[in-house]
Amino acid sequence: MLYINCPHCGMRSQNEFSYGGDASVIRPELNKEVSDQEWDNFVYNRKSLRGKHLELWQHISGCRQWIKVERDTATHEIFRTFKSDEEVA
Amino acid sequence: MQKYSIFNLVKNAFSNHENWDLAWKDPTPKEEYDVVIIGGGGHGLATAYYLAKEHNVTNVAIIEKGWIGGGNVGRNTTIIRSNYMHDENGLFSEFGMDLWRKMSQDLNYNVMFSPRGIINLAHSDAQMNAYARRGNSMRLNGIDAVLLNREQVKEIIPMADFSENVRFPIFGGLMQPSAGTARHDAVAWGYARQADSMGVDIIQNCEVIGFDVSAGKINGIRTSRGNIKAKKVGLCVAGSTNILAEKLNMTLPIETHLLQACVSEPVKPVLDNVVTFGAGHFYVSQSDKGEMVMGGDLDGYNSYAQRGNLPTLQHVLSEGIAMMPFLSKLKMLRTWGGIMDMSMDGSPIIDKTHIDGLYLNCGWCYGGFKATPASGWTFAHTIAQDRVHELNAGYSLNRFNTGHLIDEKGLGTKTWIS
Repeated sequence: MLYINCPHCGMRSQNEFSYGGDASVIRPELNKEVSDQEWDNFVYNRKSLRGKHLELWQHISGCRQWIKVERDTATHEIFRTFKSDEEVA
Repeated sequence: MQKYSIFNLVKNAFSNHENWDLAWKDPTPKEEYDVVIIGGGGHGLATAYYLAKEHNVTNVAIIEKGWIGGGNVGRNTTIIRSNYMHDENGLFSEFGMDLWRKMSQDLNYNVMFSPRGIINLAHSDAQMNAYARRGNSMRLNGIDAVLLNREQVKEIIPMADFSENVRFPIFGGLMQPSAGTARHDAVAWGYARQADSMGVDIIQNCEVIGFDVSAGKINGIRTSRGNIKAKKVGLCVAGSTNILAEKLNMTLPIETHLLQACVSEPVKPVLDNVVTFGAGHFYVSQSDKGEMVMGGDLDGYNSYAQRGNLPTLQHVLSEGIAMMPFLSKLKMLRTWGGIMDMSMDGSPIIDKTHIDGLYLNCGWCYGGFKATPASGWTFAHTIAQDRVHELNAGYSLNRFNTGHLIDEKGLGTKTWIS
């Protein structure tokens, strides 16, 4: 069982959360010309890192907020969690 | 190579089976090969075998970080099928079914192929309609498909829950009678033994740490056992594709995820077929030893761990118990996990790359094992001829750019959703 420290609610089990994928993926800016490559990188291409991975989770059975979680994909250890609009240093 | 036969078995019995040849050698890597295959799993071993057999390319090495057959070819639930709706998947898999049927004779190794049939259960009228459509598409591609109503399903699997007040009543099912199972380790060992006998070097405990690429062309690889020159390099490393792609400065439409499976204690024969639950993701078959072999969903987050987590297993098995209540009485014998290349449309990639002489075989999602022979055969063709075969033309890398996705399940790019 993973335990995720929701920045709004505190430590909860993974059963309350749903996964949202790589948080480092950024949508290309709306008001400018988007190249095919940029769009592919946004929609399809993923680094899928082994090791520290910043990812989105939603506290779906709790506060329903999207949060960012820094987790090791090789060991499943969770290091830090952030609010969705928080800067990750 | 010593042939495996009843006569050799009897002959070797007289010397207490102490004089059998080794099934494959343990060579030290040569300085140069025509083709290097990275990954000694089912697909890599099959690729080397078909390179030698179909294309007479025998100066080949398989580079394996661990031991052959220690990855997903030894971790799957051994299901073989071609019950796909889309032409690309259906024709590719059905070509593979032919290779499965001949495999034991072809490899002189009993892979225990057992065409026992697979039944996908339907739990609503809409699902029956969808299955009718898929069954028709299959039949148009020459694949056997039978739509079963509730009574027909009950006759085949009476132990499923046919009671009145269940959350997901069984409306019927789609059956592919020619689908089945095989002994997965035997597939790896059979391909390894034949490839070795035709001159392929199987190099185990050898990790790839880098690639030698210059002027857009591959020249070789760097490994933990020294540099190896190669005219062509094929990547066959499901689960670790992203790690090697990073060394090549490639970002692929793949995420690596964790999938679990489990077996129960052995019981007397009760289930003749492979059966899948239609209102979730659960499948079950019974092994020759009597164990119920079960699996289902991904754990649902990026992972390279090769070991799972209980919430997913609990979720999957509760689906199993909803489908066949007697499963709740069984004790669990083993659970394990493997790491999957989850591609962004649920279909694999077998293609050339932008680097001359570098070939890619990845993205097998849930369905790598059954594809082993067809994947090896088409990948060998792609490498030897330097062009894709029509069977794997749809599995191109640039389909994500051109929009020619093969999204069999209609799930889109959220690979962890099932």
